[in-house]
Amino acid sequence: MAQPTFSTDALRSRGRAPARSGVPVVEMRDVSKTYGTGLTALERVSMRVGRGEFVFLVGSTGCGKSTCIRLLLKELDPTEGEVLISGRSLGEISRKRIPHLRRNIGVVFQDYKLLPNRTVYANVAYALQVIGESRESIRRKVPDILRLVGLSTKLHNYPDELSGGEQQRVSIARAFVNHPPLVLADEPTGNLDPETSIGIMQLIYRINRTGTTVIVATHDKEMVDKMRRRVIELREGRIIRDQLSGLYRPDESTSEFAIRLRGELGVGDEGHPN
Amino acid sequence: MRFGFFYREALRGLSRNATPSLAAILTVLLTALVLGVFIPIVQATTGAANEIRSRVLVDVYVAERASTAEVTELRAALVATPNVRSVEFISKGEALKREQARNRDAFELLGSNPLPDSFRITPVDPGAVTAIVDRLAPRGDEGRRTPALGAIDEVRNREEETEKILSATGVVKGMTAGLAALLVLASIALISNTIRLSVFARRREVEVMRLVGATNWFIRWPFVIEGMIVGLAGGLLAVLVLTIAKNTLIDPLSERFALLAAPETIDFPLLVGILLAACVGVSAVGSGITLRRFLRI
Repeated sequence: MAQPTFSTDALRSRGRAPARSGVPVVEMRDVSKTYGTGLTALERVSMRVGRGEFVFLVGSTGCGKSTCIRLLLKELDPTEGEVLISGRSLGEISRKRIPHLRRNIGVVFQDYKLLPNRTVYANVAYALQVIGESRESIRRKVPDILRLVGLSTKLHNYPDELSGGEQQRVSIARAFVNHPPLVLADEPTGNLDPETSIGIMQLIYRINRTGTTVIVATHDKEMVDKMRRRVIELREGRIIRDQLSGLYRPDESTSEFAIRLRGELGVGDEGHPN
Repeated sequence: MRFGFFYREALRGLSRNATPSLAAILTVLLTALVLGVFIPIVQATTGAANEIRSRVLVDVYVAERASTAEVTELRAALVATPNVRSVEFISKGEALKREQARNRDAFELLGSNPLPDSFRITPVDPGAVTAIVDRLAPRGDEGRRTPALGAIDEVRNREEETEKILSATGVVKGMTAGLAALLVLASIALISNTIRLSVFARRREVEVMRLVGATNWFIRWPFVIEGMIVGLAGGLLAVLVLTIAKNTLIDPLSERFALLAAPETIDFPLLVGILLAACVGVSAVGSGITLRRFLRI
């Protein structure tokens, strides 16, 4: 079998409309993940995400969203099943090749993961230095991407001098500076107020519009409902819904919500006791 | 560019945990100093012992009961022996005088003179000295030597003394090797600890590096370089101390006393090279151990 390379062209759709044909960028086949403690995080999860798609991964805390993200980065290996990225099974990728896999996936986290003792510019440049980019290309790419995320005036500020939203923009810039064909975001707006969140989502959406496949794990209901993209809902490690242009929760009237609220409190299996 | 990046990262790490780095540098310094002092010392003692061996003399001790005539006869026999260049007679009294000059107190305690008359033979060919001994006191069936003439009490060359010196230097060598091994272990442990702290202090950076797809060795190199800088710093300090010691202590002394300069010892530049290579090697091993254990990627 020929060594598939994660070439940008192969993974990114040229058109603007999400294409669901061809080799999916992300595919999970009957993936289960059980942690050493016996906790089952995912149970027989299967999904396909095509090129250029924008997918929300929703569900309450502990439903397996983060495990999905970590499986895609091969930070974890599935207990059962197979994870494929652009048609290539991650199980076949040797430890040595993992860095090359990750170079083709941009990741954004809730806690930004910026380096506190480096400026905005240095934080983004770091991602390029680390993969051995030349000095000239770093000088060219970093200001470009920082302009794209709207931080061209804050190049020489340190992360603690920025607001949360700005820090998240830096982290997005860092994730996208290589123009990877796939961007994963694990609760990118988890620490931000609704107004700032919209800005961040806009940015991620703009990245998606360049043809990049984006998977956003979130429990930001408002955002999911407003954006109306594909929604995959997980509950207790299982996919319970996969819907094009869906809502955070399927339509639910106020009275239905009230019933659910009372019911869950009454049973008490999810909420706090008393 | 790449090396510059690694190097800057290494320095960043060093400045961030200066205290453990300093401790590691000091241990490396000690190790290098011990090696730097003992390598020449061991070499000098071994050299001295070998020199004594090459200055072969044969001592023939005259039996207490031998008459003057027998002694004269013995002298003639010795001179007639092949491979003998000169024969020197050392009387009882003279022998005592010589020994007293060396160690006054010990002989004052004795009261009487325990030393016999003796002849000291200088061979023509030092390599064939055993032939002289064999001739004067042939080895018997049981391997014990019996004197060929009645006037001879015992025939000895310096072989035995040389053996003693060599065994003493052997002990010194062994102890030095043991000490050096312990210090090397301590250095490795301290350097790995330093690197471990450094890895811990930079775990965020390591995490980010992994996320953006840095290769394992790209992540490891700064830490390895950090360890090697520690080793090199310790080694250079040790070399500095050794150079100062050599220039201020050893060199003026060796001008006055031929003894210190006499034995062949290792060239100073070579010694410096060996020490620095050892320091860097030790620290690379130390960092390597830590990275294998604490930086699984």
